[in-house]
Amino acid sequence: MEAASITAPGLPRTRHAGDRIGDGLLYGLTALAAVLGVLVVFAIIWRVADGAWPAIKVFHVGFLWHTQWNANLNEFGAREFIIGTVVTSFGAMLLSAPLSIAIGLFLSELAPPAIRTPIGSLVDMLAAVPSVVVGLWGIYVLAPFDAQHVQPAIHDVLGWIPIFGGDPHTESTVFTAIVVLTIMTIPITSSICRELFMGVPTELEEGSIGLGATRWEMVRTVVVPSVRGGVVAAIILGLGRALGEAIAVTQVIGNFIPLRSTLFASGDTIASRVANQYQGATTNLQIASLIYLALVLLVITFLTNYAAQRVVKRFEFQRTGGG
Amino acid sequence: MDPQALSLKATGRARRRLVVNRLAEGGAVLAAAAAVAVLGIVVWSVGSRGAGALSLDFFIKGPSSDFFSASGGGIAPAIVGSFLLVGTATLIALPTGVLTAIYVSEFAPRAWAQQVRLWLDVLNGFPSIVIGIFVFTLAIKTKVPLLGIGHHQSALAGGFALSVIMLPLIARSAMEVLALVPNHLREASIALGVSKWQTVIRVVLPTSLGGILTGTTLAVARAAGETAPLLFTCAIAGQLVDWNPAHSVQSIPLTIFFDSESADPNLHQQAWAAAFVLIVFVLVSSLASRLLLERSRRKAGLSR
Repeated sequence: MEAASITAPGLPRTRHAGDRIGDGLLYGLTALAAVLGVLVVFAIIWRVADGAWPAIKVFHVGFLWHTQWNANLNEFGAREFIIGTVVTSFGAMLLSAPLSIAIGLFLSELAPPAIRTPIGSLVDMLAAVPSVVVGLWGIYVLAPFDAQHVQPAIHDVLGWIPIFGGDPHTESTVFTAIVVLTIMTIPITSSICRELFMGVPTELEEGSIGLGATRWEMVRTVVVPSVRGGVVAAIILGLGRALGEAIAVTQVIGNFIPLRSTLFASGDTIASRVANQYQGATTNLQIASLIYLALVLLVITFLTNYAAQRVVKRFEFQRTGGG
Repeated sequence: MDPQALSLKATGRARRRLVVNRLAEGGAVLAAAAAVAVLGIVVWSVGSRGAGALSLDFFIKGPSSDFFSASGGGIAPAIVGSFLLVGTATLIALPTGVLTAIYVSEFAPRAWAQQVRLWLDVLNGFPSIVIGIFVFTLAIKTKVPLLGIGHHQSALAGGFALSVIMLPLIARSAMEVLALVPNHLREASIALGVSKWQTVIRVVLPTSLGGILTGTTLAVARAAGETAPLLFTCAIAGQLVDWNPAHSVQSIPLTIFFDSESADPNLHQQAWAAAFVLIVFVLVSSLASRLLLERSRRKAGLSR
């Protein structure tokens, strides 16, 4: 009897208890998931550094500028791959930055509204093409085309510059890797640029046109300067993608060291070397050296993305603080 | 008097400005056209080379064991493998990602929410090959088997690697849709005496379901095409259809990768056909999710 008298008015109370448990449970679960998501980042850094430790102990920081990668002699160094990564990524940036800005401008300022969305979606879909498919296309369509037409044409005009020297008919080249990376970074950079340009206040643009500027002068003096920081960040984000791309590059670049001084020869990058050696590593030291390479790549891309974040922060500060 | 002196045609400096303007506009149009053309050429190359090799056998048979046969055989084991890998990845990443997004949008103080966003962006920026190496050191190279799947490559390990790639994509897109849910819906629910967790499950989640599905579809399309994370975690596999996720399985991206590097022209043919299957899947799903998003955005715009 007594028990019933306690539970009868307890109906709302049990509901409250259930809600308390439900609220707590949902809070706990979601917080746990968020913590796990953040922990993965640190787990990745920790595990990769830990896996690289045997190689770090043997080669120390000298790994970064040692030129040899010889499994028979147990000599491993990253220099050639770092150079390859820097050359391919920055080469791709040189091509993709102006193209991406131009595409962003076309989609935000020039294109009639009717074709704006479809063209924008098509450019975005370029980003959805898997890298292994881009690489397959790179080997059998782009590389032969480069070797027969593009590279000889550049060589004929600019062959006196060492980086365009060598045999322009080579198929697996650093140059083709640069083109592939350009194709893969354009959708990333251009879609951010488009968003930035669309965000420029219309009054500013109309004011500039009203003062008699041509559209190009408006873009050069109003649109681009007002979002310069964002454009730089967009380019750096594209760079981050280019630095880390492994599969498509390993398919077209030829995986060969030593690097030559010309773009029309085979090469290798950090990511492509790691991808290419997936089964080739036999000794523990070689595996650790590969993981060391991955660690170097991790640090480089981390710093790159951090730089992009800083640029965005500074840019936002200027915009709000500078009035 | 010279009739040209009266014409409105721009001359001198004004003319140069107009010409420069035309050139700049032309350059922008050309750049956009080039990007669209590259997409067209890639899709057409894959379609024209791959579609011809498609047949029923291609989907239901394994790779040809006969070295001298005229064709490379089918990719049934790779299709099943990719299904297992992406399925595992989605089972891990979807709940984790959505719960993370709920934490950020419904519970977290602003500073914490910013931190979670920041680290998810960092995770998104990690190269996929590094994530493959991470799972390799975690579950395959380590002496102590983790969760009983350690020490050898498996679909579970590969799926886990893919889930790390999917997690920031799903979480970030879910955060964006949860932020779009109008606050008056939450307030109405709370005002009716409904508890927070029921508000989240009965009001917030159903409202944003379309957007979450869109983000998930995009993440699945991305994961289905990822090759690098599988190289160290799920690359050495048998030739037969294998439904056991504890085994290492074949996958469509790795089939394309290995076949493209092979010297056998039959395998090149198979690579193109597999690439065709993959690209159709990826493009159709990202197109579908894009349309879904458009639709849900329009609905959201109308209801407000």
